[in-house]
Amino acid sequence: MRTIQAEQVTEALAKLAVQINYHIGKDMLDAFDKALSTEQSQTGREILKQLQENADLAAQGELPYCQDCGTAVVLAEVGQDLRVEGDLTDAINEGIRRGYATGYLRKSILADPLRRKNTGDNTPAVIHYSIVPGDKLKLTLGAKGGGSENMSRLTMLKPSDGEEGVKNFVVETVSVGGANACPPLVVGVGVGGNFEKAAFLAKKAALRAPASRNADPFYAAMEDELTERCNKLGIGPMGLGGTVTVLGVNVEAYPCHLVALPVAVNINCHADRHGEVVL
Amino acid sequence: MAEYKLTTPLSDDVAEKLRIGDKVLLSGIIYSARDAAHKRMVEGLNKGEPLPLEMKGAVIYYVGPSPARPGNVIGAAGPTTAVRMDAYAPRLMEAGMKGMIAKGKRQEAVKEGMKKHRVVYFGATGGAGALIAKCIKRAEIIAYEDLGPEAVRLLEVKEMPLVVVGDAHGGDLYIEGRKKYEST
Repeated sequence: MRTIQAEQVTEALAKLAVQINYHIGKDMLDAFDKALSTEQSQTGREILKQLQENADLAAQGELPYCQDCGTAVVLAEVGQDLRVEGDLTDAINEGIRRGYATGYLRKSILADPLRRKNTGDNTPAVIHYSIVPGDKLKLTLGAKGGGSENMSRLTMLKPSDGEEGVKNFVVETVSVGGANACPPLVVGVGVGGNFEKAAFLAKKAALRAPASRNADPFYAAMEDELTERCNKLGIGPMGLGGTVTVLGVNVEAYPCHLVALPVAVNINCHADRHGEVVL
Repeated sequence: MAEYKLTTPLSDDVAEKLRIGDKVLLSGIIYSARDAAHKRMVEGLNKGEPLPLEMKGAVIYYVGPSPARPGNVIGAAGPTTAVRMDAYAPRLMEAGMKGMIAKGKRQEAVKEGMKKHRVVYFGATGGAGALIAKCIKRAEIIAYEDLGPEAVRLLEVKEMPLVVVGDAHGGDLYIEGRKKYEST
């Protein structure tokens, strides 16, 4: 049994929170380059250049990439042979608190959805734990923007709706809400599981690199087809018209009940800020 | 698609000549306000109270910046989604507002109001928070300080890059721009 201190978790997450808000990942920068080479709209290309310039400015460390520094979404994969000395959940939240304070990041979390008072420190994070083999702790942090999250949707399709039904729901979700979600987008799709599993899979998919592909060739082909169909919608960068509406569509699937076909679509904006650390 | 360098406050003549797709570099004084500030301004107007800013010719920016570092004017300051302000925007148009800066589609009532009162909707690049912050030369809270990031700020901007996404003639770039590039 390996032991780590809760404080190590806090320090690592605080650092990661600042890192991802100031340094947009290489996966996204590569996707911007690619988008710029294919976008047909002049206004669209100018917007993409602004995104590149914005990324360069943010990387200087004075101003975060986007003023909405997001909900802190933490995927914590805890090795079953690892012991954390101290309270892990508290340590994660303390890391977010510290990172958002020292990094001059915006605090957007309200203590209650209806009474709407800001907690002032961007906590609590939304934390998803899973137990995995090994003695490491892997933390994936997403700073998930609120505007794009608002354009996300979930539906329980009938099994007879099939593959086409799933694809249509994804394209329709982008068609209806894409313009308001700061395109070009990264679209995360969760298929199967059940109601909450589909939503979780969609989030996981939305935090994957836009150029990544599902290991299953069936779903990889679906990702390519969905990317192409979404880009035919004409929404374009910032919704002002163009041929790059999405940078990628990522699909994750899971076994499900014989009567069910759940589909969740989690929309991420071009400020797809995510990173990971292994302790 | 023309390109203009404009300075606030905006006149009716300027508002009328702008068309969707035009590029604008905007300078001068603008005001930040979003959800809570809009609610408060409109509630005040309905009670006959004065507005905290000169609304005639004013341009309102829908933004909630991140905290400024010591010595900096402001933090990242990109636009927020406009539709949440749609319930309040027509009332502010009646009070003289000439321009809105934000991102995303608007509802019909807002577009109707823009035609009636000759108002322009400018799109700023959402998420380009650092880039836009560089155009802001001065920021002071002038009202509703208790609202924190949502307080009303006077912002002095220099050549803020914008695109006309909604014009005073009913034009909507979210519809027209998409039509141009949609394929089946």
